[in-house]
Amino acid sequence: MPQTVPNIFMDVDSEQLVFDFENVQPHIERESRDQIKLTLGEFAGPLDLLLYLIRQEKANIFDIPIAKITDEYLRYIRLLKSMDITLATDFLVMAATLIEIKSKMLLPRDPVFEGDEEAEDPRQELVDQLLEHEKFKRASEMLYERSTIEQATFSRGLIESDDNNLEINATVFDILKAFQQIMERRKEEIQMEIAREEMSLAEMLKNIRSRIFTSGKITLLEIFEELKTKNEFVLAFIAVLEIVRTESVRVIQEQVFGEITLTRT
Amino acid sequence: MEEVNKEKTSRTEAELMSICEALIFVSDEPVPPKVLGDVLGEPKQKIEKALDDLRLSYEARDGGLRLREIGGGWQIATRTELHEEVREFLKTRPSAKLSLASLETLAVIAYRQPVTVPEILEIRGVQSASSIKTLLDKRLIVSKGRKDTVGRPMMYGTSKDFLIQFGLKDLSELPSIEDFEDLIQ
Repeated sequence: MPQTVPNIFMDVDSEQLVFDFENVQPHIERESRDQIKLTLGEFAGPLDLLLYLIRQEKANIFDIPIAKITDEYLRYIRLLKSMDITLATDFLVMAATLIEIKSKMLLPRDPVFEGDEEAEDPRQELVDQLLEHEKFKRASEMLYERSTIEQATFSRGLIESDDNNLEINATVFDILKAFQQIMERRKEEIQMEIAREEMSLAEMLKNIRSRIFTSGKITLLEIFEELKTKNEFVLAFIAVLEIVRTESVRVIQEQVFGEITLTRT
Repeated sequence: MEEVNKEKTSRTEAELMSICEALIFVSDEPVPPKVLGDVLGEPKQKIEKALDDLRLSYEARDGGLRLREIGGGWQIATRTELHEEVREFLKTRPSAKLSLASLETLAVIAYRQPVTVPEILEIRGVQSASSIKTLLDKRLIVSKGRKDTVGRPMMYGTSKDFLIQFGLKDLSELPSIEDFEDLIQ
């Protein structure tokens, strides 16, 4: 089994593919001991692959050489390791089914039942499924043909009427409403800006400093009362400490737990 | 609408043919005969007769247009043979076709509807989730409620768009699935 697979064209799940039933049959292009080139075309699923392998072997669908086909199938899905995982699981389920059928066929018939009546062929269910699948494959080819023919027919395009012409499908009230909505949105935007406005430490310093120096003194309560956000509280706190450290400002607390006043000296 | 009712009984067959033609012409989707009957206040048989004669007159004229029944309604469309010139003029190309996987899923849904995802899996032998999504996106299938069974799976069926895109009058126009059996060997 080759470890590297040089060329696998995987189109299984690409939905926009143009598929030509006549020319793009999935097939194995070239094979040598260490190289296999696959054109997957589109094996739409494990049943598809199985049908292909059966045809390849020129086997009768009602008498599938199960051992041979199982080997082929397993060999093939080893190449599909890199495939889409959900798809790969479906292929693996089929592999398990094949192996199960193969093992059933290897077992000798139960002598008790022998001669009683014809035991059911373990392949029967698979054959039924293949036949059912084949029917729908034909049906999808029919649909493909129909849509091709239909694409060659054109009906008239949309006529402009009040309903589908957006340009005239608006009254003064619609415009007013739209305008109102715009204004509403603007208002919201502005509010958001205010909420998000952040003061820098420099601004806070300047602000508090100027208030102390114009009025001579100010209580801490007065400073903090005006603040809204946590961020501003922190800034104000740092600013006060900074002012006390650098400027000629004194912090006075006249009684324990009393009001703290900042005074210019 | 008022004059329609007034003229109710006085329309000749030829007039009715003209009116139907005009209404079908201005409609951007196939017009069901019932809609024509309701709008014009004419009995169903008269409408159907007029439409049939109109179709024959189109055929007799052998022109660039044909009148046809599709997706449960009537439509004026160009003749298939002229597609090359029409495409050239419209500067369009045939739109992307469905993948084999999607076509197969669509076939299963068309013939087995209403059908659930597990039922589709059984026939196709492969998960069909991405195909179903594609078909839903393209509005070729619609959900048809939930099946009253374990897990209440969603059921799918084909849409009106499906009929139109595949040139079908109605679902009965699909060839029987058993007809495909003979082809298998």
